[in-house]
Amino acid sequence: MKAAAFDYAVPKSVAEATALLGSNGAATAAIAGGQSLLPLLNLRVALPDLVVDLARLEELKEIAATQTNIRIGALTTHAAIEDGKLPEAFGGLMQKVASKISYRAVRNHGTIGGSVALADPAADWPGCLLALGAHVRITGRKGTRSQPIGEFVLGQYSTSLAADEIIVGFDVPRPDAALRCGSFKVVRKSGAFANSIAFAISYGRGGPAAVVLAAAADRPCLLPAVAERIKAGEKSEDVLRDAIAQDVAKHVAKDDPYLMRLHTSTVLRALREVQAK
Amino acid sequence: MKSLTLQLNGSKVTHEVEPRETLADFLRERCRLTATHLGCEHGACGACTVAVNGQATRSCLRLAIMCEGQSVQTLEGLEDDPTMEVLRRHFHQSHAVQCGFCTPGMLMMARDILLRMPNPNAQTIRDQLSGQICRCTGYSGIVTAIVAAGRELGGAERPQP
Repeated sequence: MKAAAFDYAVPKSVAEATALLGSNGAATAAIAGGQSLLPLLNLRVALPDLVVDLARLEELKEIAATQTNIRIGALTTHAAIEDGKLPEAFGGLMQKVASKISYRAVRNHGTIGGSVALADPAADWPGCLLALGAHVRITGRKGTRSQPIGEFVLGQYSTSLAADEIIVGFDVPRPDAALRCGSFKVVRKSGAFANSIAFAISYGRGGPAAVVLAAAADRPCLLPAVAERIKAGEKSEDVLRDAIAQDVAKHVAKDDPYLMRLHTSTVLRALREVQAK
Repeated sequence: MKSLTLQLNGSKVTHEVEPRETLADFLRERCRLTATHLGCEHGACGACTVAVNGQATRSCLRLAIMCEGQSVQTLEGLEDDPTMEVLRRHFHQSHAVQCGFCTPGMLMMARDILLRMPNPNAQTIRDQLSGQICRCTGYSGIVTAIVAAGRELGGAERPQP
């Protein structure tokens, strides 16, 4: 349980970081909080030649409210979000999600950027940010780009990040007062990755709605039929169950009744939280 | 090897370290501070919990070299800490120890809980302590001890981490 040897660098700027990452064909790994990378290093699953420490880059720590967005720096820790350090509460959603990630000692160092860059299918932030319609801001040697998170996450541990690119932060559209949020997560052992997570947001009857299921497929998925029912103000559990079955069947093998029931249940509970507000 | 300087239990310490060295190995092997125990070495058991810049941290999930210029506190450095003094006494009185392997991590996390949440109830403590594994006690004595310590400290002035 000891990591293999690697070299280590602390870049002083984003430009220096992107110059180091993926350079000269070396296996490089970016580290922020290290709460996912350290277990992988200790277990020798990850075997980089060079670890590039992003934790001191001030540009990745920016938290700001613009006219249209809440800008969340990639280095923002789960604990900071849990403690209400964002300028917008998103109906309490991000605070609640943060407080249920792993344990406090992990939340003190684990970052939102690191979580999204790893793209574990059972992670909390990719699904939550998808429900909120966030964009990922990315910088590489060729410059900076912005991409909707639904296009950024390509699959299990797979994103559109090139070897030299890092996540700088996220732009999350500023909600208005009508925003209602719900989420529910099933974890067999506290602190472990989830078996099923659902996120639901609604701007009231007729307004936009989004429902996301994570830990079910290789990436978080939108449930459009369920979102349509929420938009229409549907309260009937039978109707909602039909819509969930229709959407979830696209992502989960129907011959696994346990998983179908599990995911149906987490989505229903997230919807009930939205409807109770 | 790279040079690492940090504040360790209030004193400035400099050592040569390998980049792959975890903070836990640095504390135990280079600094001979063996109160920090290593159980799983991949963030599951909580035995290696210390404080980095005042925040509870799994020392097996942090490279020592990442702590350059930072402040690290281990159980050895908290002998005269007012919160730890009360916790130690209640761990003794409630028999919150059996084999003792998890105890340093339990004490570090218990102190973190009491500094963040005044006078927590048993359920809050169980939630907050869910990342610390004890294979002997069944947790009852540990939770009882932290509830009692929280009650005793509840009205007192709270020292900053």
